[in-house]
Amino acid sequence: MSRIINTLLIGISGGSIYSLMSLALVLVWRSTRVVNFAQAGQAILSTYIGYVVVTHTDNYWLAFPVALLSGALIGALVDIFLIRILARRANSGPVAAIAPVIATLGLLGLIRAIVGMIWGGDLRRFKLPVTNHGFTFGHTTIPFAPINLLIVVTTVIVMLIFSVIFQRTNLGLALRASAFSPEIARLAGVRVDLTRTIGWAFAGAAGAIAGVLVTPTNYLSPNSLDLLLVSGFVAAVIGGLESLIGAALGGLVLGISLAFVLEYISSSLAFPVAFVVLMAVLLIKPAGLFGGKRVRSA
Amino acid sequence: MSGLVVNDLHVFHGAIRAVDGLSFSVETGQLAAIIGANGAGKTTLLRALTGLKSVQSGSATWNGESMLRQKPENLVRQGIVHVSDGKSVIPELSVKENLALGGLWRRDKKDVAIVTKEVLDLFPRLGERMSQSADTLSGGERQMLAIGRSLISRPSLLLLDEPSLGLAPLVIEQIFQAIKSLQARLNLTVVLVEQNAMGALRIADIGVIVNLGRLVTVGPSQELINNPALRAAYLGY
Amino acid sequence: MLKRKPTTQVQIDMDKNIARRKIIGAAFFIFLGIALYVASNIVDELRVYQGATVAVYVVAISSIILLTGYSGQISLGHGALMAVGAYAAVLSRNYWNFPIPLTFAVAVLAAALFGALLGMAAGRLSGPYLAGTTLALAVGLPSLANQFKILGGEEGLTYDVGFPPLALGQDFTQYKWFFWIAALAALAATWVIFNVLGSRYGRQWRALRSNPTAAALLGVHVARSKVLAFTISSGVAGLAGALMSMTISLVTPSAFPLSLSFAIVTGAVLAGVTLLTGSIVGAVVLVAIPEVTAALATHLGGSEKVTSNLPGLMMSALLILSVLFFPNGPQLHRRKTRKS
Ligand SMILES: Nc1ncnc2c1ncn2[C@@H]1O[C@H](COP(=O)(O)OP(=O)(O)OP(=O)(O)O)[C@@H](O)[C@H]1O
Ligand SMILES: [Mg+2]
Repeated sequence: MSRIINTLLIGISGGSIYSLMSLALVLVWRSTRVVNFAQAGQAILSTYIGYVVVTHTDNYWLAFPVALLSGALIGALVDIFLIRILARRANSGPVAAIAPVIATLGLLGLIRAIVGMIWGGDLRRFKLPVTNHGFTFGHTTIPFAPINLLIVVTTVIVMLIFSVIFQRTNLGLALRASAFSPEIARLAGVRVDLTRTIGWAFAGAAGAIAGVLVTPTNYLSPNSLDLLLVSGFVAAVIGGLESLIGAALGGLVLGISLAFVLEYISSSLAFPVAFVVLMAVLLIKPAGLFGGKRVRSA
Repeated sequence: MSGLVVNDLHVFHGAIRAVDGLSFSVETGQLAAIIGANGAGKTTLLRALTGLKSVQSGSATWNGESMLRQKPENLVRQGIVHVSDGKSVIPELSVKENLALGGLWRRDKKDVAIVTKEVLDLFPRLGERMSQSADTLSGGERQMLAIGRSLISRPSLLLLDEPSLGLAPLVIEQIFQAIKSLQARLNLTVVLVEQNAMGALRIADIGVIVNLGRLVTVGPSQELINNPALRAAYLGY
Repeated sequence: MLKRKPTTQVQIDMDKNIARRKIIGAAFFIFLGIALYVASNIVDELRVYQGATVAVYVVAISSIILLTGYSGQISLGHGALMAVGAYAAVLSRNYWNFPIPLTFAVAVLAAALFGALLGMAAGRLSGPYLAGTTLALAVGLPSLANQFKILGGEEGLTYDVGFPPLALGQDFTQYKWFFWIAALAALAATWVIFNVLGSRYGRQWRALRSNPTAAALLGVHVARSKVLAFTISSGVAGLAGALMSMTISLVTPSAFPLSLSFAIVTGAVLAGVTLLTGSIVGAVVLVAIPEVTAALATHLGGSEKVTSNLPGLMMSALLILSVLFFPNGPQLHRRKTRKS
């Protein structure tokens, strides 16, 4: 029994990170119809910036907002200097549909190379903000540690803030309107380009948070977030790619199922399971487990 | 020069000359009906006037200032509001949110509240459905919502693209009456694109008849209605 | 591979114009072969080895050009399909002692089979979904190989194509042998793809790419046509994987990193993704970039951190610039004018 609960807790902690990355991908997808493969790159750059702050100040809590803000800034810059230009230049012809994929891929490579040039390829460690030694109840210590709690709580707070912004503020209304129907939003007076850039900034911030949360339990290298990109994508697809709640739930579903597979079946099955889940969702319920009726033909 | 003045406007879709040297003007406070068959270039004209489609050549001014080569969201801030064809509402948002969209950019929130109330008085059915999502509305209600939203931006020039599309005759009549009363009450200048030629001309001050992107004739709507040749060729009865 | 029947037989409605282009095409290939033969005898060993690598990339890039440029699908996971081909080839070599040409055929078949399965899912996916799914494959599949004993784990398996036959002479080096095998395979693969693209299927793909709805109305079976493209492309990628392993005599998971998948997509985009013969340009650029950056690095004298990341930087920058400035390949414009 306790084994089940422990696995569930670990799954929720892992899933939280996936949810954040998935949220980042969904935010961009909704506003721009681009799956941003550079998200992993943007997140890694922000995380390295956070790393610099941690090593200089020895203060994780300062690194966190710095990484978050740089993530937002990087996201906005990517939109302004790459995506907007791309939309103007590559808007017709056989490759137009995949041009964003190629461009964000190129950006991923570019950021990785830059990060490698600045910080080198060796694995680095991030100071832990709280211990990763599991909670102890009486004589038993469970795998779930304060660091996992921090991850879950932070994710919940981030999700709450995003849902308040999206559902209760004018900015949120503008973001949703621009995502659903840019032309009508424009005709109603919404500055869609600016709104979109803000969406990219939010996505960048979410990705950066995922990066600074996952890295203390792991290590940091120019490509240490690649797997997270894939997990985030799988989570986003589970959630339907369109909805923020779907992104959050998709991350949890993926995190929990992976935790159970790892615990009860085999630790080598993580990738095949994730891949099978992805294929199953795409083939059986392409609009996502929590998605609406839209068919994926964009 | 006050009002809307379009002069020798050319708009292409690739090689198709959708608007091919169109000139006409609408004085402030007038309601102009733009009439023409399918594919005459009416939608293209409106889209070009409000920055959704780029223009090859020609000019278009509103109260003496050029409207061309501006973003639609900036034109809205100058009082030029376009309700595009096919029920210009966002189905994923609620009725309330769709209305709010029209006033998001406005600083004067008090006036937004006032005009919202006016819209709800004009279309009481919207008021009963504020928290419903817009895709549950009927076609007529959607059109009311689209027009209502445009009013919240406090337009001085309102461009409507086929508000009667797909509506029952009774509802069309309601919508037309609403447009007419708004024009009078708010001193609005209205450009009304319509397939329903008779209905539109009846409420319009002037009629602009276009065919294949060119002007056929422009004149007081009553004259157009009474011209037998035009009736046969363009007004369809 | 060489003995595969040319797919030209499916072309019942081949007209004279195509026939003429075929003859020109065949002449071109023969001429290319002779030129390569002469070249391989006058350049040094390193260049010969690089020539082999170029040939491998030509095959890999062609598989992307067929898939993306013609059928409008994208794959970020062709590195994984190369891995499938490479492992299939090496297993058939090590366990059944298949002759080399046959191991290549096995590589093609295994990767094509895998690609067909993937393509059945892929045929129903579009753009970003397909990209994400294949990306997941590229990240996960090679590392999966670690976990199977039969695949040799991290160390991988040695893949030995043997010494060049003595009949070729005493001074016929191993690298030259690699080069000849790879170049022949590349010529054959290009020839086959060239014919497939000229066939009914090639035309269907182009029709689909430019207007799926219209193509479907004209009776093109959309899903089947896409799966077929994915299958053929995967088979070609499998061949590239086997050839690549041959040139490094080894099959390991780390030989198929994500960056390999990215590299061949880059090569295809640089080649102008809608032109098959561009594959040579793309392949040469891929091989030249590390050379150029190395030269640049020694000239500028940067640190190890900088020099080791310079190729990646340059490749990514090229990728971004080419998609911004020639989204459909530099040649498309010219071809359009010629058609009309
Ligand atoms: N996006 C487009 N791409 C290419 N051609 C277009 C496009 N939109 C319109 N056209 C063409 O431009 C011409 C004018 O179309 P437009 O939509 O302006 O006509 P309309 O008068 O609004 O017709 P309707 O009454 O049917 O709405 C038509 O020939 C049409 O086919
Ligand atoms: Mg129209």
